[in-house]
Amino acid sequence: MTIMIDTGNYIAAKAAVMARPQVVAAYPITPQTTLVEGIANYVANGEYKGEYICVESEHSAMAACIGASETGSRTFTATSSHGLLLMHEMLHWASLARLPIVMCNINRVIGPGWNIWTDENDSIAQRDTGWIQFYCSSNQEIFDTIIQSFKIAEHEKIVLPVMINYNAFILSHTSMPADIPTQKEIDDFLPPFKPHWKLDVNNPVTHGNIIGTAYYEHIRKGMQDAQDHAKKIIKDVAKEWERQFGRHHGDLIEYYHCDDAEYILISTGAIGAESKAAINNLRKEGIKIGLARLRVFRPFPEEEIRKLAKQSELIVIDRNISIGSNGAFYNEIKSALYGVSDTKVTGFIAGLGGKDVPYHDIETMCKKAIKSKKVNNSQIWFGFDGGE
Amino acid sequence: MSQTDLVEIVIHGRGGQGSVTAANLLVSAALKDGNKGLQAFPIFGAERRGAPVRAFARISENEIHLRSEIYSPDIVIVQDESIMDLVDVLKGLKDDGKILINTRKSPKDFPFSKKYNVATVDATSIALKYDITVGGIPVVNTPILGAVPKILSKVTLPSIQKTVMEKWKGTAGEKNVKATQEAFDTVEVDT
Repeated sequence: MTIMIDTGNYIAAKAAVMARPQVVAAYPITPQTTLVEGIANYVANGEYKGEYICVESEHSAMAACIGASETGSRTFTATSSHGLLLMHEMLHWASLARLPIVMCNINRVIGPGWNIWTDENDSIAQRDTGWIQFYCSSNQEIFDTIIQSFKIAEHEKIVLPVMINYNAFILSHTSMPADIPTQKEIDDFLPPFKPHWKLDVNNPVTHGNIIGTAYYEHIRKGMQDAQDHAKKIIKDVAKEWERQFGRHHGDLIEYYHCDDAEYILISTGAIGAESKAAINNLRKEGIKIGLARLRVFRPFPEEEIRKLAKQSELIVIDRNISIGSNGAFYNEIKSALYGVSDTKVTGFIAGLGGKDVPYHDIETMCKKAIKSKKVNNSQIWFGFDGGE
Repeated sequence: MSQTDLVEIVIHGRGGQGSVTAANLLVSAALKDGNKGLQAFPIFGAERRGAPVRAFARISENEIHLRSEIYSPDIVIVQDESIMDLVDVLKGLKDDGKILINTRKSPKDFPFSKKYNVATVDATSIALKYDITVGGIPVVNTPILGAVPKILSKVTLPSIQKTVMEKWKGTAGEKNVKATQEAFDTVEVDT
């Protein structure tokens, strides 16, 4: 193992290449650009020997990945923001066709107003496409999750695409150290992809043909069953990774000081890491608070959330907003608790448009939530009137 | 701050002066000195050549949880003295903070040396002396790094020099190593 200090994007490029995908198809967009540039460098220096396809749009990037995956190739791509939105139709296609494509999405704001910084509205808008969704909080976690994701996506009980999300600039362009296993260690953990079906010119069959009402629901049900299986398999893969490499970033959730917690903060991504600093400070003040960093949004960790609600009041920070409703994470958490728990849940909207969310702001949010008498304070816009 | 040994550094420079490279080299050197928590990042956004820019570094012996910007640095490094007319480089600097300036002047020449620990090094002359230039313009980011171990015990000169040699092979590396040595030897530290 060697330690590489580099940006989230370059570390993602390293992971992608070490997973040995036969095909990478991508189109550059800020702030994902240096990731695909990194892979292009590995093509230039001979380290990546697969097929690297430069396409003319993100829609084409996903279409090329779909075609490649259908022929039984391990396939990787990356995008961000408007690029992800342009892919939307193809994202559905990939998951309905049960293709284990792995993609990094660098969470970036949607315009207008034009903004290249981070929030999660791009990937939240893809919530219902059937993709498994991870949210990372460090460069090491990005590396580890990319390798793990191929194993999860290709697992015989899953066979669904996986999206690995991480914050624009805060992670994509920040250098941090990451332990990089040897190629042999990665190969041992992640053997070559054995496709469950593939297009084969010698044995022609038809896929994606018209399908009647009697069968279509089976396809959807099959995807749902796969996501349900993923809840266990994500845990198993995280454990296997820990056994082999000694690192565990959590499975569906990373727990931090939750055991005796009367209050639990739920956050994700870079805010999830920053939250640990806030928890440390609040604990010093004698507040029994813990952190549940949501690492996986699809499949949604309902059971885990219910368990947390049994012991603690919940505080949720969403770096996204489902306009006309609430933060996406808040809504899913409330939905999971319906009829099971009436614990207090306070929701904050913070950090949209890349606005910095430092630990002292997180501490302020937590204290405000603890003080609040309202049982369902669904949407406090932090930094606006009434939100400090 | 949530961890006591964390050191937060802001590097001020002009676009094209290699402030981000300096931050990256610094944390790479810090890794060699046994620090595990490391971050180097630019100001997030578009940069223009010549305009004032900032780069940031965090160094700790332990994993760093913070992902936010640096608001109250322990150390400020100024690569271009003229920036001090445009930017309040002391903004947020901790009361016991240190500031390292590329200048011909001495620490005592800066009025704020009464409040802060000031260190000065003539990195521009060192860069010119060792012909570390791009298009005739001196590149001060590596020379100034040589002065850092005098104000930050977490990073040693040999680690900085090893990092420089990894980044630039051959003569370019040797010139940069000599420059860091001279900066280390000539930096004036106000005590």
